[in-house]
Amino acid sequence: MRYLPLTDTDRREMLAAIGVPSIDALFADVPAAARHRDLLDLPLAMGEIEVERRLAAMAAKNTSAGAAPCFLGGGAYRHHIPAAVDHLIQRGEFLTSYTPYQPELAQGTLQYLFEFQTQVALLTGMEVANASLYDGATACAEAVAMAGRVTRRDKAVLSGGLNPQYRAVCETYARFAGNALAIQDAAPGGGEDLAGLVDADTACVVVQHPDFYGEIRDYSALAEICHKAGALLVVVVTEILSLGAIRPPGEMGADIVAAEGQSFGNALSFGGPYVGLFASREKFVRQMPGRLVGETVDAEGRRGWVLTLSTREQHIRREKATSNICTNAGLCALAFTIHLALLGEAGLTRLARLNHAIAVAAAEKLVAIPGVQLVNRSFFNEFTLRLPRPAAPVVETLAARGILGGIPVSRFYPGRAELDDLLLVAATEMVTPEDIDRFDAGLREVLR
Amino acid sequence: MNTTRFTRDHEWVRPEGDVAVIGITDYAQSQLGDVVYVELPEIGRTVEQGKEAAVVESAKAASEVYAPVSGEIVAVNDAIVGDPAKVNADAMGEGWFIKIRLANPTELDAMMDEAAYQEFVAEQH
Amino acid sequence: MSDWSQALSSRPAMDAPGGMATISGNRGLQIEEKLLFEQDSPGHCGVDLPEPPPFGARLGGLERRGPIGLPGLSEPQIVRHFTRLSQKNYAIDSGLYPLGSCTMKHNPRLNEKMARLPGFADLHPLQPEGTVQGALELVDSLAHWLKVLTGMPAVALSPAAGAHGELCGIMAIRAALEARGDRRGRILVPESAHGTNPATASACGYTIESIPANERGRVDLAALQAKLGPDVAALMLTNPNTCGLFEDEIIEIAAAVHRAGAFFYCDGANFNAIVGRVRPAELGIDALHINLHKTFSTPHGGGGPGSGPVALAAELAPHAPLPWIVHGPEGFALVEHPDGPAARSIGRLKGFHGQMGMFIRALAYMMSHGADGLRQVAEDAVLNANYLRVKLADALSVAFPGICMHEVLFDDRFLKDTGVTTLDFAKALIDEGFHPMTMYFPLVVHGALLIEPTETESKAALDQFVGVLRGLAERAQSIKKGAGDAAFFRAAPQFTPRRRLDETGAARKPVLRWRPEAPASTGSADAPRDAGRNRAPSLVDERS
Repeated sequence: MRYLPLTDTDRREMLAAIGVPSIDALFADVPAAARHRDLLDLPLAMGEIEVERRLAAMAAKNTSAGAAPCFLGGGAYRHHIPAAVDHLIQRGEFLTSYTPYQPELAQGTLQYLFEFQTQVALLTGMEVANASLYDGATACAEAVAMAGRVTRRDKAVLSGGLNPQYRAVCETYARFAGNALAIQDAAPGGGEDLAGLVDADTACVVVQHPDFYGEIRDYSALAEICHKAGALLVVVVTEILSLGAIRPPGEMGADIVAAEGQSFGNALSFGGPYVGLFASREKFVRQMPGRLVGETVDAEGRRGWVLTLSTREQHIRREKATSNICTNAGLCALAFTIHLALLGEAGLTRLARLNHAIAVAAAEKLVAIPGVQLVNRSFFNEFTLRLPRPAAPVVETLAARGILGGIPVSRFYPGRAELDDLLLVAATEMVTPEDIDRFDAGLREVLR
Repeated sequence: MNTTRFTRDHEWVRPEGDVAVIGITDYAQSQLGDVVYVELPEIGRTVEQGKEAAVVESAKAASEVYAPVSGEIVAVNDAIVGDPAKVNADAMGEGWFIKIRLANPTELDAMMDEAAYQEFVAEQH
Repeated sequence: MSDWSQALSSRPAMDAPGGMATISGNRGLQIEEKLLFEQDSPGHCGVDLPEPPPFGARLGGLERRGPIGLPGLSEPQIVRHFTRLSQKNYAIDSGLYPLGSCTMKHNPRLNEKMARLPGFADLHPLQPEGTVQGALELVDSLAHWLKVLTGMPAVALSPAAGAHGELCGIMAIRAALEARGDRRGRILVPESAHGTNPATASACGYTIESIPANERGRVDLAALQAKLGPDVAALMLTNPNTCGLFEDEIIEIAAAVHRAGAFFYCDGANFNAIVGRVRPAELGIDALHINLHKTFSTPHGGGGPGSGPVALAAELAPHAPLPWIVHGPEGFALVEHPDGPAARSIGRLKGFHGQMGMFIRALAYMMSHGADGLRQVAEDAVLNANYLRVKLADALSVAFPGICMHEVLFDDRFLKDTGVTTLDFAKALIDEGFHPMTMYFPLVVHGALLIEPTETESKAALDQFVGVLRGLAERAQSIKKGAGDAAFFRAAPQFTPRRRLDETGAARKPVLRWRPEAPASTGSADAPRDAGRNRAPSLVDERS
């Protein structure tokens, strides 16, 4: 077995040194009835060639997003990942190191996480950010829980413009934590009255920016209403690239930002692993979940980095921890940091502009199709179309013709006839004019 | 006569009229290490004996400070919030945490005096 | 804690080991590296992108108004920056990494290659099901392997990490109890448990009761039985436990838990010790999470991403989180809503379908090892740990007698009267070129040192490690005889990019992000939330 360095001679010598007759003797504490003498009913070991062959065969059964014009978003976006990103994250010193609990041996990890925290704070316009959470959806649920701790209230108001999967995760967490949620109905055109739901029990209002349907809204007034009532405004961002072009949540008065960072450096990978971003005001930092890296000095007075404010965390606080989170998304955060570092200020704003331009071009083309309407007044790189008939079968037909033509909203809201005709369409820098033409032609044909 | 009393949770209580000054003992601060953060209750809150009243943290440990007596919080030591090192430097003096107006002064009777507390600490080893 | 603070202040500053300072401040391969933000060359960019043709913006008048404050660098600068940072890390690739409870085993590179196949990596999670049949097949295959290895009938794959898996398992247990009309309030957790266990139970609305360990380092069965009752929802137990010991009364423990009407949750962090040899279902376990980044070698990545599938007993399976994968008439299908077969699901725990990239890596690992290799993994892991135990038994102090599983626990009795603490001893190991073992965990012994070699270390590597540990232990012992002092240990490490770091200072005045140099008087914490490069809230700058 290529991954196991012990030889049979080693094993014999080691058993002799231990003073036991056989390996079975080392499992003597296992109740006899539970010791399996025979191999379990699974295939035997395979060489690299065989494993590659079998897994490549599975991969080949999929239509990769690179093999078809792809207009899918809904919380995961297909962006170009510069070659340097994947090279650097595969360096063994990053890939195969543990959580930086021994700071003298992990200054590399700690420094990039400090850079990550700074990037996230700058991008969202917030004061501080943590070293990442699992993904955007769990970050959103953690934000709701944190708002409860900060305000000592237990009701959260969730906008109908929040990604329905994020909403669902909040529902699961809240149900078991015993918190109340006031969930607004799907709101593709906006028009919901969130301010009217803020009362003395409200811990927070959760909105999405741009919202699930792509609409961009100013939440400044809502922030003021929340603050007057002693509640927090939580702003969720699922397409973090948008903040290269639009006003950051921090400028609108957000108290907590929970976001998905996949768009920078992380492949679509069928939904994970991604990287949850979490930022807040500095005064709430002791209520934050997840790891935090802080600056300090070493015994010789040189600047260095450590994990800090650890007393919030489970390994010290146990049942009183701010969250049960232990792992973060280290390597995905590194990919995020490297990609954003490569882009820099100039590259980020240009990439954002490019995305917006391509989405505008796609929207303008598609709304010229008879019967197709644009639901949005504004959008960044994703918008919602109303088709003249249910979107789900249209998407299936397009897929059969080699076009990944958006996401039917009914996938998130089955059985809601009034939402059946809605199609969520995203267009990033990976979409070419030819892709738009093919989508346009395909959609025209299907709708004819 | 020294009227300071001690609890098994390593808090000290010094009665001053109908108010008790409360802090953590020198032994407690030495076990905790360098204190980095202190969270104190709001003035005016009523606490019950044995319930959480404050939090004290070092870089690697966190500990609740339980109210050794019942009553109303009448003062908190903001100086240790701004400079937590005071708890290490002078736990029994400048590093006090809170003052509670005693609701039930007899609660003090069951607590240890200094000699008994020192003996109790010695048994911890 | 106070020990090393004194060591800090007693060391003269700039006492660079090896003597002379260099002009650059760098020394050989130890190269200082500034923050990205301190290397800004405005306007520079490491990515060349086309400028879009003119178009009419549709941003609703909410364009960003000011600069973000990100630095500009070219690709060679970025590659050098992160390469230099990487060289400040210790890693499995560079040496033995004996962190107990963390399972720092070799991460095969085939796994990385497979996860990057475009048919997996470039797959959107919301593509039509017909275009992702291979991906669903892979997830289903992984589930099959896990079901066979655990003996459990169902596995929930969406949890993103071990702690997330715990959340999943305890939620499923609460849902199952509620389905019985049984509202219980307490969860029992041994003293030696990972901190995530009580934190999880608390997040699910339970109060926690601690179960003491017996003198053999295992759950005290009598104490457990005394605490069991009609209000107990579950026992959360790690097995093999965090002392590296198999809970040999586990059958009795499970029976007692079930008699009380409670569920038996097992923290499977240490499944690598028994994989292929013992099936948790046969021990009476109802739910068990598996850390793919431990047992199944997906990389730790400096702290994630992880993946924490949960194997579930039949009574818990209907409550598994969404999505489910089912075999439909046209192949695999996803159940994404709590209706139909999934009507009793606890709901969704994360976005999309789970940590697919980790599933691919774990399955590549499983297929590479096969049923035979996985069994060998457990055997070699246990063999290596016991080899260390006997080779170190007379030099360090073994916490509990008898054979251990995949890791061996020592306490600090061997350091008594030397003035050397567990922390000092571990830091001295760094100067010998090794990553320290897990320290001060579990909490059930004093000054714990928990060593897990894993099966991917050779005998030669173990022998060298033994030699170093014995040498350091002897050096500590010699202090008692008047030779040398504890200063050598307290001063360690000396040969790392940074010496011991001031964690107290870091926590007293947290500096959690870079901010540009600015006069201390500008701004307040609340005013300019768009802290660009010229507007620095002063709140955290007090230290500089």
